[in-house]
Amino acid sequence: MTIRSPQRRSFLKATAAVGGGLALEFSFPVAANAAKGTAATEVNAWVVIHPDDRVVVRIARSEMGQGTYTALAQLVAEELDADWAKVSAEFASPNEHIRRNRIWGSMSTGGSQGVRSSQDYVRKAGAAAREMLVAAAAAQWKVPASECVAEKSVVTHPATKRRLRYGQVASAAAKLAPPKDVKLRDPRDWKIAGKPLHRLDIPDKVLGKPVFGTDVMLPGMLHASIAQCPVFGGKVKGVDDAAALTMRGVKQVVRAEDFVAVVADSWWRANEALKKVKVDWDIPKYADASDATILAMLKEGLAAKDLPAARKLGDAAAAMGTAAKVVEAEYSSPYLNHAQMEPQVCTAWIKPDGFVEVWTSTQNAEASLAAAAETAGVPLEKVEVHKMMLGGGFGRRGAPQDFVRQGVAIAKAVPGKPVKMMWSREEDIQHGFYRPASLVRLRGGLDAQGRIVAFEAKIACPSILALVRPEAIQKGIDFSAVRTLNDMPYDIANQQVDYAMRNGHVPVGFWRAPGLQNAVYRECFLDELAHAAGKDPLEFRLAMLKPGDKNRLVLEAAAKAAGWGTPLPAGVHRGLAVADGFGSYTAAVAEVSVDAEGRLKVLRYVVAIDSGHVVNPDTCAAQAESNAIFGVASLFQANTVKDGRIQESNFHDFPLPMIGDMPKVETVLVPTGGFWGGHGEPGILPFGGAVLNAVFAATGKRIRSLPLRKEDLRKA
Amino acid sequence: MIKLTVNGRVHSVDVEPEMPLLWVLRDHLKLAGTKYGCGISQCGACTVHLDGEPVRACIVTAGQAAGKKVVTIEGLSPRGLHKVQKAWIEHEVPQCGYCQTGMIMSAVALLEKKPRPTDADIDDAMTNLCRCGTYARVRKAIHAAAAPTAIVKPKA
Repeated sequence: MTIRSPQRRSFLKATAAVGGGLALEFSFPVAANAAKGTAATEVNAWVVIHPDDRVVVRIARSEMGQGTYTALAQLVAEELDADWAKVSAEFASPNEHIRRNRIWGSMSTGGSQGVRSSQDYVRKAGAAAREMLVAAAAAQWKVPASECVAEKSVVTHPATKRRLRYGQVASAAAKLAPPKDVKLRDPRDWKIAGKPLHRLDIPDKVLGKPVFGTDVMLPGMLHASIAQCPVFGGKVKGVDDAAALTMRGVKQVVRAEDFVAVVADSWWRANEALKKVKVDWDIPKYADASDATILAMLKEGLAAKDLPAARKLGDAAAAMGTAAKVVEAEYSSPYLNHAQMEPQVCTAWIKPDGFVEVWTSTQNAEASLAAAAETAGVPLEKVEVHKMMLGGGFGRRGAPQDFVRQGVAIAKAVPGKPVKMMWSREEDIQHGFYRPASLVRLRGGLDAQGRIVAFEAKIACPSILALVRPEAIQKGIDFSAVRTLNDMPYDIANQQVDYAMRNGHVPVGFWRAPGLQNAVYRECFLDELAHAAGKDPLEFRLAMLKPGDKNRLVLEAAAKAAGWGTPLPAGVHRGLAVADGFGSYTAAVAEVSVDAEGRLKVLRYVVAIDSGHVVNPDTCAAQAESNAIFGVASLFQANTVKDGRIQESNFHDFPLPMIGDMPKVETVLVPTGGFWGGHGEPGILPFGGAVLNAVFAATGKRIRSLPLRKEDLRKA
Repeated sequence: MIKLTVNGRVHSVDVEPEMPLLWVLRDHLKLAGTKYGCGISQCGACTVHLDGEPVRACIVTAGQAAGKKVVTIEGLSPRGLHKVQKAWIEHEVPQCGYCQTGMIMSAVALLEKKPRPTDADIDDAMTNLCRCGTYARVRKAIHAAAAPTAIVKPKA
């Protein structure tokens, strides 16, 4: 690892030139990670160009399968007018990010934000680099830059038929001042962005190249396996490691405040020895917590008076009193682990000079760096985080940086040697930051014409923000716990949504589409109300969506693509749902069958998404497919609590859907332009509602309590 | 010392016979393409070929693998890409990619037994778990690789 010295004076100047100053830092030649001794030039922080025209785009966000790595490269290459065949990508260095005044903007990758919240500055970076390359060529030719054209990594001067390749002018370009302002291309004119190009990270993954956090191999590296207290919050009171220390390959047993780790020369040896370590845990409380106590906590929340309101529109109570018909229902969901395929992993190496190197699968490398610095007790500048490809993330590897703290703490106990700490699957299932369990009571009042005149929701749900960002809680409301219910697009005059924050002891976290439970409840309840009103679920919703509302547009698109209202084969039933979130609008129609034993099969999932713009339609479709199978899992899975601990421990009791469970997914992209929405999560929002409404059509049974068990669907 | 033939090369490894093959491959032979996902033969991320049969390397011990031919993703196709890998790239199968080497090893083994598998054959053979939900593309890529003219066309 080469520590580069940024030219502070230069980038301060550039920062001043562009206001926000993220993209257009003045540049200097660097030995880029990919350059390996060749004289590659950093034209700006995002764009590195080799003499042979290879373009390396720096990517600040993480890649966990969602395609951001490629999509961001497409956006930069588009504005750069690069030859896509010569474009590759590399992760930006978090250490350099810190030392260069956070030049790459955000490194956080969550909330389906990777593309949408960096598209502006990465496109500007590409455009600025292009202008600098053109200006450098023009200067060499002594012609005005306005007479020159950039295309496919070549600058030409059409009047004199002269041409210079990007590789020939990159170093001259890098010496120029960045343009003060750049004009971005109209997405309608895109040639690289907006196209279903092959993802850049796939060939290495298909070849089995060591790209993941768990694949890190360093000379002299040791391995660690870790045990945490089965009851959340427990501390280490005593350790008997005598037997473990005699086992082959074992180097050390590390005892921390809240975990014990065995360090050995292979992971298996470490993990086998860990099984022989006897830990006496100090379990101060929660040892009697169970599903029953958690449900009681949530029920108490629903019964509580004077709850903070997450929405108050009109007078729901009064309007409810005038309703011709009132429908009431309680919906609930369990805790859910992320169960990404790659367990938590962190390799850390405390060098003799105190510099800390970390390799990890993280959704937020800057947070990883901060966690490592804090644990090691060194300034931020003394840490580098090598961003590895993630074997899945889904929210687990963002806000909580427990794995980095542990990895660095272990490395501190083994100074001078790199140690790769990896969790067993059992640790991973039992020490998650779970999708919160929730209990929600919904009431809807219908007038004589079957229109909703009043809507009430009481939400009892643990707060994720209380754990990760308490300062973001406003007036007792965690927006991630109330969304989709407190921001309904439906035109209902009287609404009251109250939130009972009931946190319990199970750690909670952002799980693919935080607030998803509410989307399921809302759209199932809408179906109940439509049924009570004797109306078609599609018409019922459309009547409450104003013309031009994008929820309406996607609902119509999904209904049309799925053939809503057309006859179905015997035994096949439909349901639909709509929900917006993560910057996009999504609606879906599901087709299901339920057999005599109560086995549900989701046959088809037609999902329409308006994300404004689409950078890579194929990865967007892949995300819709991914959301469908995540949706299937979300209906059947549960993490249950007994004696204060999570009972499930591996895929035998926390099963994932298999290939035969995959519905036929049809993705209908309807980008209307003018805004940037996400794709990582929106596709799951209408899944549960569409499927459970189809289940009702199939069986006449309302499923209001998840997980779904086949006994619930068996014909009476 | 245990003698293992991995990807055509004979290795003598100083490991206990009960060490699972997965860890011999990953930590001793530095072949990281075979992944750990569960350790209990549930997920298939560690699928390798043992004398041509797909096995879960997390439950096959070094002792059991001794004297047999082990093929991992790294040795699947020493000269260029295997047709299954080509189909995987063409159909853009992986998302995070962590389970995909195991998927590919299972798919290759399936096609060696059944060159034209039906959907039901695929359901039976492909018991690997994928959290990202690449299943539809896995199926498509297997059918593509099985096609009589498994020509991989570059995407326009």
